[in-house]
Amino acid sequence: MDIKVLGPGCRKCQQTENNVKEAVAEAGVEASVKKITDTMEIAGYGVFGTPAVVVDGEVKSVGKIPSIEDVKSWIQK
Amino acid sequence: MSHECCTPDENIMILACSGGSNVGQLTNQAAVELTQQGFGKMFCLAGIGGQLSGFVQSAREVPQMVALDGCSLGCAKAILEQASVPIKSYIVVTELGIEKNKNFNLNGEDIRKVVDAAKAARQDGVYVGKDTTDGAESCCG
Repeated sequence: MDIKVLGPGCRKCQQTENNVKEAVAEAGVEASVKKITDTMEIAGYGVFGTPAVVVDGEVKSVGKIPSIEDVKSWIQK
Repeated sequence: MSHECCTPDENIMILACSGGSNVGQLTNQAAVELTQQGFGKMFCLAGIGGQLSGFVQSAREVPQMVALDGCSLGCAKAILEQASVPIKSYIVVTELGIEKNKNFNLNGEDIRKVVDAAKAARQDGVYVGKDTTDGAESCCG
């Protein structure tokens, strides 16, 4: 599973990345979590704002910090 | 390292039908001018219609939005409804007394009227437009 956290690096983006990593650990799934900070690359996802979370190419959340439970619901099959 | 990078909650999403008539193009030009004035940010309605997840999810989660339709066919509204995007402030240009036609030489006064209506709609939570289309018009506004 491929997870990307989009955001140049503010506190909200960092918290989002932390929640994603914690959710992955709790769910026990195999996933790579990558932080995308390049604004042009972020723009390529068509998001209106950051932080945003992308799971296997699908944008799941935009402009807010998703909870750990939210992230788990996206990654648990 | 910490940046103040995240989108402010007060950022208003502006969506225009940008259709093939004077009123459709008035929504487009009004959206451009609203963006240039710093009122909000024009966003890509076509991306929502194309069901691209970044656009759809952004529209679903944005706290503030103004949607602009040219005519009562309501293409922008229909796209948002199909994508399960809650419609907040909304205007229909023909409801402002501007007649639909195919003259693309847009009138500055009409543009200002749409810009002002969008601002007022956002401020007052106004929903200007019929809930149902009457089918009387021939193409996407």
